[in-house]
Amino acid sequence: MSALLDVKGLRTVFETRAGTVCAVDGVDVEVRRGECLGIVGESGSGKSVTFASVMGLVRSPGRIDAGEILFDGRDLRKLSQKELRAVRGRDIAMTMQDALTALNPALTVGVQLAEVLEAHDETLPRGRRARTRAIRERSAEILGLVGIPSPDSRLSQYPHEFSGGMRQRIMIAIALACRPKLLIADEPTTALDVTIQAQVLELISDIRAKLGMSVVLITHDLGVVAEHCDRVMVMYAGQVVEEGPTTEVIGSPSHPYTRGLLGSIPRLALRGQPIHPIEGQVPDLIDLPAQCRFYSRCADRTDACLTPIAVRQVGPHRKARCILAGEDTQ
Amino acid sequence: MGFGKFLERVLHLVPVLLGVSVIVFIMMALTPGDPVQIMIGDQAITPEQESALRRDLGLDRPMLERFFVFVGNAVQGDFGESFYHRRPVSEVIAERLPATIELSLVALIFALVTSIPLGVLAAIRKNSIFDRIATVISLLGVSLPGFWFGILLLMLFAVHLNILPVAGRIGYASEIAPITHFLLIDTLLRGRPDAFLDALSHIVLPAITLGLPMTAILMRVTRSSMLEVLQQDYVTFAEAKGLSRRRVLFRHALKNALIPTVSVAAIETGSLLGGNMIVETVFGWPGLGRLVVESIFLRNYPLVQAAVLLYAVTYVLLNFFADILYTVLNPKVKL
Repeated sequence: MSALLDVKGLRTVFETRAGTVCAVDGVDVEVRRGECLGIVGESGSGKSVTFASVMGLVRSPGRIDAGEILFDGRDLRKLSQKELRAVRGRDIAMTMQDALTALNPALTVGVQLAEVLEAHDETLPRGRRARTRAIRERSAEILGLVGIPSPDSRLSQYPHEFSGGMRQRIMIAIALACRPKLLIADEPTTALDVTIQAQVLELISDIRAKLGMSVVLITHDLGVVAEHCDRVMVMYAGQVVEEGPTTEVIGSPSHPYTRGLLGSIPRLALRGQPIHPIEGQVPDLIDLPAQCRFYSRCADRTDACLTPIAVRQVGPHRKARCILAGEDTQ
Repeated sequence: MGFGKFLERVLHLVPVLLGVSVIVFIMMALTPGDPVQIMIGDQAITPEQESALRRDLGLDRPMLERFFVFVGNAVQGDFGESFYHRRPVSEVIAERLPATIELSLVALIFALVTSIPLGVLAAIRKNSIFDRIATVISLLGVSLPGFWFGILLLMLFAVHLNILPVAGRIGYASEIAPITHFLLIDTLLRGRPDAFLDALSHIVLPAITLGLPMTAILMRVTRSSMLEVLQQDYVTFAEAKGLSRRRVLFRHALKNALIPTVSVAAIETGSLLGGNMIVETVFGWPGLGRLVVESIFLRNYPLVQAAVLLYAVTYVLLNFFADILYTVLNPKVKL
């Protein structure tokens, strides 16, 4: 069966005064039906921009420069704005990092939930009264699904009247209202307390199982990935540096950057020993030299790294962008 | 909002009005010129007649005493007699007030219906030619003095093109018996569309002159708040939901962007009052503003004092109204 989402050679750039920032540079992403794909990388690695591109939500001065975004066999880049709007919210939904800023403070939760149904749900009755009632019932049902107590009465409340965890649930409810095939969850837990984090992730996993949808989990928390994702993709400076089944990538990382990420996680078992952060910073994305982007921070660098590095096949299902890993595919 | 809060806001009026009365009273007293001398003008009268007149107007008593008499009467709703009209001040003001309210409302409507769409459009098409032109126009709008801009409009539309009247509220042929004293409404109530158009043609130029600075300010406010709102996550999220562009812009963005616009509009409505004096004078508009200007020249103390108090009350009430509107638009804020 073909992948649900197949992004090939995506390049998204931002024109700035200092020059062209290449935030996403030749990224391939494959999301299979029903799977949960984790996208990991530090801030500025291009993980959010990649999926903003998929949604067609890159704002000026940014633009998609090259690549194909095949969703269910259709290239989203070739769709008109109107066709794309029909895909957004219905087939592909997104949640944002902070529900407090993603929910409109001036509109009630009920309105914000109802408008997605209004825009996409074709099963709603035609008559006005029946339609309004059906939307209300559906909205309450969806809020109940994400675990909001007494959903019926809470529809008329504003976002600020809910707690942080509740707001996150409401945002997920809005995203899931039309039972999308793909949910892009951009840092769904970063703004939450640890206890609430676990609840929200459980919720997403539950609903994924119920609806059989695919999930892309963008995060910088490898622990979250280990627990919830089937496969993981590690991004660095606008490129995919490693990709493969979660257990394999975390068990034996083949890219020095992935090793660095794993090494910088504090672990209880290693209490008392120093943690090892990755030295240095993500390179400036303007006018990058044609070489390994991790070169300046890599402990294993050699002169051979100063040439363009292609993605190499590491195992049957694994790839990495490092000359020390696996074999060159080209 | 509870009744207690409302009462509290009304009580705020007391110190404000007291302060305003003191200031107006002192300013009028310090202004050179003697109302009695102005009333006498060139007429030959005896000193006895003059002091009789002075006694009659209450101007023979010391200033402090006059002030307390004024405050004491004002509290009971008696603002004294107009020196010039020799009738109660409240009556004279009440006659002129509808013209001023009508002009201000039309100016306000003009400002709102032009500034908000222009501001939104300028924000959506940021840095476009349209945005730049709108910026220049709004800069002109705030910097052109009303008396000069009004005269320019008069010269163009009333003198050269001769398509709009020069002064007044309505032509002789269109005069009708008043009902509400708002001519735009009365002419319609009396079934006189011709008179309505006549009244409308009289109000166009003064309303534009009066409303222009407000248009300019509100446009800038709307543009910048809209630009800020368009950057917000909830706009992106609304787009991610696959909503129509119109719904994203008007339902999600504009509702938030209008919060500052509405507050500024309510406060700026107070400044229309000040603008009224100039615009009514330029366009011979028979309203309160022109009456106040005339009364200042005549040193008609009671009338000026009462009018300024009325301005102060209006200003405070408008601010109160702005606060209420703010809570309506922004559910996070409660009074």
